[in-house]
Amino acid sequence: MAASEHTALQFTPVLSSSSLLAKVHPLVIFNICDCYVRRPDQAERVIGTLLGSVLPDGTVDIRNSYAVPHNESSDQVALDIDYHHNMLLSHQKVNPKEAIVGWYSTGLGVTGGSALIHEFYSREVPNPIHLTVDTGFRNGEGTIKAYVSVNLSLGDCQLAVQFQEIPVDFRMVEAEQVGFDILKTPMVDKIPSDLEGMEASMQRLLALIDDVHKYVDDVVEGHTASDSSIGRFISETVASLPKLLPSAFDKLVNDNLQDHLLLLYLSSITRTQLSLAEKLNTAAQIL
Amino acid sequence: MANNSNTIARSFLQVASTEEVAPPLRVVQIEGLVILKIIKHCKEFSPALVTGQLLGLDVGSILEVTNCFPFPIREEDEEIEADGANYQLEMMRCLREVNVDNNTVGWYQSTLLGSFQTVELIETFMNYQENIRRCVCIIYDPSRSNQGVLALKALKLSDAFMELYRSNNFTGEKLRERNLSWVDIFEEIPVKVSNSALISAFMTELEADSPITQCDYDRLQLSTNPFMERNVEFLIECMDELSIEQQKFQFYYRNLSRQQAQQQAWLQKRRSENMARKAAGEEPLPEEDPSNPIFKPIPEPSRLDSFLITNQISNFCNQINGVTGQSFSRLYLMKALQES
Repeated sequence: MAASEHTALQFTPVLSSSSLLAKVHPLVIFNICDCYVRRPDQAERVIGTLLGSVLPDGTVDIRNSYAVPHNESSDQVALDIDYHHNMLLSHQKVNPKEAIVGWYSTGLGVTGGSALIHEFYSREVPNPIHLTVDTGFRNGEGTIKAYVSVNLSLGDCQLAVQFQEIPVDFRMVEAEQVGFDILKTPMVDKIPSDLEGMEASMQRLLALIDDVHKYVDDVVEGHTASDSSIGRFISETVASLPKLLPSAFDKLVNDNLQDHLLLLYLSSITRTQLSLAEKLNTAAQIL
Repeated sequence: MANNSNTIARSFLQVASTEEVAPPLRVVQIEGLVILKIIKHCKEFSPALVTGQLLGLDVGSILEVTNCFPFPIREEDEEIEADGANYQLEMMRCLREVNVDNNTVGWYQSTLLGSFQTVELIETFMNYQENIRRCVCIIYDPSRSNQGVLALKALKLSDAFMELYRSNNFTGEKLRERNLSWVDIFEEIPVKVSNSALISAFMTELEADSPITQCDYDRLQLSTNPFMERNVEFLIECMDELSIEQQKFQFYYRNLSRQQAQQQAWLQKRRSENMARKAAGEEPLPEEDPSNPIFKPIPEPSRLDSFLITNQISNFCNQINGVTGQSFSRLYLMKALQES
């Protein structure tokens, strides 16, 4: 590719004029980190394509990603375009709805080489998103930023490409479903079973209730300033318990309990039946 | 000095001649990345069942799964078969270029409420086993994961069962010989999850501050009726199938005993005929007659299907047990809440 002629400016405007929002799924971050850990020794950063879709209200939903091998030196950047197209086709065979929405690179900030790559991607997609993931933790925390490019031109002459930052929304719902405990620690010994998970949830609920209780006590005794909005919220929550006659409620709970006990009994009978059937099948001897 | 070299050094011939005995597979170590990919793929296409390939490393008694890629939905067309193989090769080649472990260690598939024990699964296992020494199948159940449980299992066929399957012989005596019952077909291997340090740093930061997560919301939901209903429906269907298999066996045994009675009767007749012939001085007729249809051995029905069905039923029972256990806790919680 040609040597860098454009200069790249990086702005972090307080007020972004466009209402563009980027939603990032946790899988993308996992992919990027994994590719970074596996990068070839001489490369400093990893570059790859972002896949996803653009929602009707304009937000860009980034769902998947893959790394693209590239060569970078001080003034030149070369991207393996064939590889990029091959991977895109393979991914689309599985999920035809995923399209290119942008590209990512590790490392803080936008460099000169990024402008060229961004230009390449803007030929594929009208308004690509550039995602930077700071794996070096330079600011003391892992910053993930997204940019869109705006062309600065004076009359007909194109001066520079400005990268404007757009807000990023992390849709961690999937990660939450798996459980952050499993995804956070370097090693988990086993996946928690039903009852263990239930226990953990109950403990968290109990902790929450304790917190609320303590807060109300503090306010009543005058230790903490009372906040009417919180108070209204708490009273709404408590009032949302359905008001049933105690007898009706008991009947409801007991009916449910009995149904579940019946199912438990049924499954135990089935298992007994299974072991009997198996004995009959294999133990019968014909002389 | 001499002692050291004696204990450490073995002659090259010795090392080359001792066969490597693979330590038994004890743990499957999956990376968080693989789990998320599997979940995403299975959830996007549910309720259709999807499959994908697992890549990783085989280290001692641990099987590490470090990456995976999904398979496109296969159509029942001859020419698409070649496409599928091409896709696989292409993906493996591309992943190799970015330094991903290029080693197939198994495959994953999604399932609906745990009804995955089929003959196709066994056949796929046998196919994989021919090429790879150790392979594992990961089963993910998206419908159960909506209840707040990560329903991920790693399965392997037990060795004894594989030998038996290869000889394709599922008669009663063979099974009794090896003491093989339906529990021995599939072995479940414990799963460990590992994450690289970088990703755990990121996740720790991105974790939302709220003390309650989506996972808890799912778990504390009171309405489990639809899930239970479907479970019980499947259970009933499987019981029907099991009773059909039982009837097949009954039929077989009845036929067998009837045939034996016929054989005895024929034998008696022959013997009496022979006595008469001996008295008359003629040659005795042989006591066996292979051309007579009553001597034709009746084939014994294979037990494989009934074993698989039994496995499925027990799976359903286990699930029901799990869900009812959870529901009990929830109901008691509700009760306590109401009382206060």
